[in-house]
Amino acid sequence: MTELPRDSVGLVSPEKAHFDDPLALACGRTLPAYDLVYETYGTLNAECSNAILICHALSGHHHAAGYHSQDERKPGWWDAHIGPGKSIDTDRFFVVSVNNLGGCHGSTGPASLNPVTGEAWGPDFPMMTVGDWVHSQARLADRLGIERFAAVVGGSLGGMQVLQWTLSYPGRIANAVVIAATPKLSAQNIAFNEVARQAIRSDPDFFDGHYADHGTLPRRGLKLARMVGHITYLSEDAMGSKFGRDLRSEDLNFGYDVEFQVESYLRYQGDTFSTSFDANTYLLMTKALDYFDPAAAHGGDLAAALAPADCPFLVVSFSTDWRFPPWRSKELVNALVRAGKSVSYANIDSPHGHDAFLLPEPRYQAVFAAFMQRVARDQGLEDRP
Amino acid sequence: MMRADLKRIHDWVPEGARVLDLGCGDGTLLAALARDKGVTGYGLEIDHEGITACLARGVNVIEQNLDEGLANFEDDACDLVVMTQALQALRRPDRMLDEMLRVAGECIITFPNFAYWRHRAYLGLRGYMPVSRSLPHAWYDTPNIHLSTFNDFEHLCRDKGLMIVDRAVGIGDHEGHWTSRWWPNLFGEIAIFRVARHRG
Repeated sequence: MTELPRDSVGLVSPEKAHFDDPLALACGRTLPAYDLVYETYGTLNAECSNAILICHALSGHHHAAGYHSQDERKPGWWDAHIGPGKSIDTDRFFVVSVNNLGGCHGSTGPASLNPVTGEAWGPDFPMMTVGDWVHSQARLADRLGIERFAAVVGGSLGGMQVLQWTLSYPGRIANAVVIAATPKLSAQNIAFNEVARQAIRSDPDFFDGHYADHGTLPRRGLKLARMVGHITYLSEDAMGSKFGRDLRSEDLNFGYDVEFQVESYLRYQGDTFSTSFDANTYLLMTKALDYFDPAAAHGGDLAAALAPADCPFLVVSFSTDWRFPPWRSKELVNALVRAGKSVSYANIDSPHGHDAFLLPEPRYQAVFAAFMQRVARDQGLEDRP
Repeated sequence: MMRADLKRIHDWVPEGARVLDLGCGDGTLLAALARDKGVTGYGLEIDHEGITACLARGVNVIEQNLDEGLANFEDDACDLVVMTQALQALRRPDRMLDEMLRVAGECIITFPNFAYWRHRAYLGLRGYMPVSRSLPHAWYDTPNIHLSTFNDFEHLCRDKGLMIVDRAVGIGDHEGHWTSRWWPNLFGEIAIFRVARHRG
């Protein structure tokens, strides 16, 4: 048995909350009943004033920090930033991390049973939007007795949920941390998502989403989707320095098997993902990304759309992120300034592209920690002894 | 203890003003103005430590290079633009002055006065580029690429048809001696100008 790192939240286990009150969705349909799977780290104080909500990205889930068992090889996906003494300091804050509806890690999604038909939802699972997720997260907050989050925090698609929180529930969020996100996807972003969707949907094993009924999984499609996605998560430089034109064997073999290291890496990433993620969930999550555009209802005027927001923002971008480049974050910052909102912005130098938001980097940690320190002070949370 | 030029600005800024602080450093001024005068606004900064310090203080800070202009701020976006000890490090101080007075009707600018007697003595008597408290860098690594004097700046304002609402000098950590009030171009180490868009 190995010892867990001292700055880890340690062993954690997911919990499940069941909701019987129907959730009306943006697509016009209603989810009659649903489960949300979540994890919590730290302790909720008596005033319930130290709660932080973590929103996850496209392929993320509720397991953001700590270990599920002593033998778990890797900790939760944001362990670099959540734990005792880390940016989101669990000695001060009570952290809630939830798996979104439509997901495939325990919250109600396409693989769950439809209570009306008694069969798995499959492709009939309603299309979800960022707004729907935020409503479901607010219900979880009600259940946990949290009237107002000290901060809602997220990267990428998670950052969009944070932004939506400031618009849907301005009274329930005291601070917003939006990392490596964008106020809306570009045509190029949507194009990449569409390639991923077509890869899945054209897999003969997909069966229009009814693969479970046929006892198959669209692994090849999902693998391709992930390979394409993964390219957009890394920067050209990061790929170059990691793999260059390195070959697996010494000589070219003039065939279509893996020759370059980068091919091997992408195939490995795709294979791993295709056995652990649900295709219908992936489709639905990419659509939620595509649909997000709070300015659309205001004739494209983002500053007007941001009018309800009423809390300080921290916006962070990364220099080599070409999926959601720094200027997309700056677009949000500028709109917040035009709307007269409280906002701070930092652009972190990192070679790691979009993925940088998941990784530890000294300046990123300093910026994040400084903001969270101020959040703790404003909430009157005691300093660590 | 606040730097002399910051202390003077602190006195000049009206209650509840919306302020943009260009090159806000560690946010000392904005934090004090928020605390004492209910001022709101933003600081722009590129120095990493400065940005982190602002965040820890709760000062709104935006990472932005001043040489790229203020295009993301609308006309009259705020009441006052402040720039302390940054003008001399910009590529085009004259254009920045225009930008500042587009974003607000009034601005406060401080910069090291190159005509300060110690600077003159350094160059005139010793024959070296001045190095002092307000100009601490060597000629080869200084960020100060547009050094000017108290008189130079007055000229620029006059040429642009701007109104100098107020002016003061600072010497080190102190307000100026009577000599610097009478002969600011000679005895003022730090020039402090309060400039408005229109004459009269």
